[in-house]
Parts: sequence; structure tokens; C-alpha cells
Amino acid sequence: MTAQPARSAPDIVLEGIGLHFAGQPLFQGLDLTVPGGRTTCILGPSGCGKSTLLRLMAGAPDLAFDGTLRVGAHPSPRGLAAWMSQNDLLLPWLSLLDNVLLGARLRGELSEAKREKARGLIREAGLAGCEAKLPSALSGGMRQRGALLRTLMEERPVILMDEPFSALDALTRARLQNLAARLTTGATVVLVTHDPMEALRLGHRVVVLGGSPARVVECVEPGGPVPREAGNPELTARYAALMARLMNGEAA
Amino acid sequence: MNLRRPLILAAGLIALWQLLVALTGVPPYILPGPLPVARAIASHLPALAGHLGATLAEILLGLALGTLLGVSAALAMILSPLLKRWMLPVLVASQAVPVFAMAPILVLWLGYGMASKVAMAVLIIFFPVASSFYSGMRRTDADLLELARIMDARPLKVLTSIVIPSALPAFASGLRVATAVAPIGAVVGEWVGSSRGLGFYMLHANARMQIDVMFAALAILAAASLTLYFLVDRLLDRLVFWQPGEGLR
Repeated sequence: MTAQPARSAPDIVLEGIGLHFAGQPLFQGLDLTVPGGRTTCILGPSGCGKSTLLRLMAGAPDLAFDGTLRVGAHPSPRGLAAWMSQNDLLLPWLSLLDNVLLGARLRGELSEAKREKARGLIREAGLAGCEAKLPSALSGGMRQRGALLRTLMEERPVILMDEPFSALDALTRARLQNLAARLTTGATVVLVTHDPMEALRLGHRVVVLGGSPARVVECVEPGGPVPREAGNPELTARYAALMARLMNGEAA
Repeated sequence: MNLRRPLILAAGLIALWQLLVALTGVPPYILPGPLPVARAIASHLPALAGHLGATLAEILLGLALGTLLGVSAALAMILSPLLKRWMLPVLVASQAVPVFAMAPILVLWLGYGMASKVAMAVLIIFFPVASSFYSGMRRTDADLLELARIMDARPLKVLTSIVIPSALPAFASGLRVATAVAPIGAVVGEWVGSSRGLGFYMLHANARMQIDVMFAALAILAAASLTLYFLVDRLLDRLVFWQPGEGLR
């Protein structure tokens, strides 16, 4: 599976999901379909369960839930999904190149072809010359780019991202968003974020979670290709509406 | 590496020692001054060097064996939950028995030679190494393990590429403690029964009322222990370069 490029990216279907967290129902009868080959951003106030939902899609073994999860025709995302989080999770004892190759190393699949591909990705992400550097010698933005490349190296058709850009400054974030949008084209991307503008820039579809237990309170599909420019009037209008919705507690 | 601070510190301590001797007028058979001790070191140098070699060999062998055993025990406990449930109480209980009380038994079992002293050092080193390495592996970042799971990682690769390197900073702390206490094990073993080593030489000098020679042996032992600790500390800093805590330096 892993050697296959991210073509024919599958839908992710959640049906009647029920999950309790610390004795409280986090989800109850939650239905959600993530369309294949497109980017779906999940937006919601903190604590609403959006990260848990993403972990559930990643097949986290400690999450006992009711209902069904399907990734394409498979009952589990095993071998189909790659993961990227807010924390870059780069191993401090490995060079950037070795970090990008982590998945191959952990599966015992290291090869010269993989190394060549990783070097190519590093060049494409503007990190040429940093291959041998340790994460401690890289800036926050460079490290997160490394994490993105490690995710792409997996060549999985599904990419799950948990607030991947939220620890970065505005400029670095916008650049990394553009890079991610370009490099993840064709994959089924689920991106959890608390930033409405990020969701509107990157998402073919924006799903707003809210309430307790959490449910889908709104589903927006802004037009045009991603990444969208922040100055785009449609985005500005939608941003205002989403902010209002999140702030006046409808989604809280 | 700046050697000025340790040299100033050593000079200061020696001056304090001399001052104490001069001010209290303590007789030399209780506390000889730095000068007689230095003279004793010079006149007994060949003997002291030979005994230092014996003690150092005990310490180094004890460190190597104790580290090997500690690392093996920690790995065994990480790999097998069943083994962990049975071994952890034994490990803790082993610390409840005073190691010094074991010294006569070890000499009885292993004889007057090097083996009993090495065993003593191993007993003292084993616990800090095993417990630091084990808890270091236990504290591996859960997000890293989850990432590895999603990557379909092989369990053995996760151990060698993520869990063990994550634990090395904690292991290094344990090894530093072990290096600091290893000489205690060796010397206590020598006191109980031996014919070689600085601990033996101290007792020997004590019995002959050669107090300056006794202090000479003690000074050599302290210098050797400090040097060993310093070397291990430097080596670990270099090898395990991802240790946290740079902020407090």
C-alpha cells in the first residue's frame, strides 16, 4: 500500500458514532462523510472533540466507540493514513533527512530510491542544504515543513492533520499552508483547526462542529481552487459569518 | 573545557585544610596537613599507583557489568509485562538490603580476590542504571508512539529507533550516579577483605599508624573518582547530545 501514490483517494465515512470521554458523551449518533481526494477542514471551539474525531479516523486503539468507520471499502485506516500534528514530532537525534524517512525506517523499508525521493521533497520544500541538520538547528517553520515532508513520504491516500500550523507565526503559517495545499493535492485530507481563515483557505469543504455532544452544525463549501487568497471577498464574508457563529456560542 | 574553576576549588579546599590544621593544632595522627600527605604520596607513589590500578580495575569492571545487567533488566521489563510484574518488586526489595551488609557475604562467597569487589560495585550500580533506563523508556512520548503505530512500524524498530534513544538522557543520568557511587562499592569490598587496592592500603596504613599514608591513599582515590566522573560526564554529554536541560546551564 505504502509504495502506491495517493491516487484514488478514499472517502471516509462515519456513521452513528458514539463516544464517551471522562463519563460525558462527546459524540452521539454523529454522521460525517469526508469526500475522497479533497481537503476537509474541521472547525470548532476547543474541547468540542475535533481532535478526538481525527484520532478516531486514525484508528487510535484506545478510543472505544459505537457506530461504524469506513475508509473507502476498509473498516480501518490501517496502512491508508498518514498523520501530522501541531507538535512536529521530529526525533532530535536524527537528521532532517532521516526524520523525513522515519516511516520507511520504522517499517524496515529504507532504500536508495526512498532516500532520493526524500531529498527531492526536501528540495521542493525549500530546505535544500538542510538534509544533514538536526532538528535543533532548524527554525520552527523549517521543522514543521520537515514534519509535512515526513507525512508526504508515507504516500498514503489519506492525510490526517491535527492543527498542523497553529504553532507558527502568521507569515510562516501562510507559506506552509500553501506548500501543504500544493503537495497534498489528490489525497483525502482532513485538517482540524481552530482558525476559520485557515479552514476557508485550505478546505474544499469546511465542517463546523459544535454543541455537546458534538454534532455538525454547519457545512460550508467555498468555491474555487485551494489554497484561496486571504483577500478574496467571498472568504472575508464567510470568515465574518463563521466567526460570528463561533463567537456567539451557536457552535459552542 | 575550562580547568581553572576546578583547580581554584581544589586549591581553596587544600588551603582550608591547612588552615584547619594550623588553627586547631590537631595532632598529625588525627589529621595530617596537606604537606605531609603530599610527601607521603611522593614517597609511596609506586605502591599507591599499583593499588590504584587494582581499585580502578574493580570500578571499571563493576561499571561495565552493572551497566550491562541494568540495561538488560530494563529491556526485559519493557519487552515483557509479565517479567516486569515479577521483577519490579525484586528490584525495589534489593535496595532495601543495605549493600554494605552484603560485603562480608560476598567476600565469603567470592573470595578475597577481585570478584567480590566487582560484585559489590555491580550491586551498587545495577539499580540506578536499571531504574533510570526503564523509567526513561516508559516515558517515551505517547504522540511519537501513536505516530509510529499509524506508520505501521515494526515493534522492534520502534524500540531501537524511538524508545531506546528517547530513554538515553535518563539512562545517562543513571550512569552518572552509578559512576559516582561505583568507587564506594569497590572500596567497601576491599575493607572487608582483600590484599590489593586503595581501600586495603588505607586499612593497612591505619593499622601501622601511618596516618599520612592513609590520607595519601584517600586523596588518590578521591582524585581518581573525580576524574572518572568527569570523563564519563563529558562522554555522555557528547554521545547523548539531545539531553534536555540546556536552559539551566
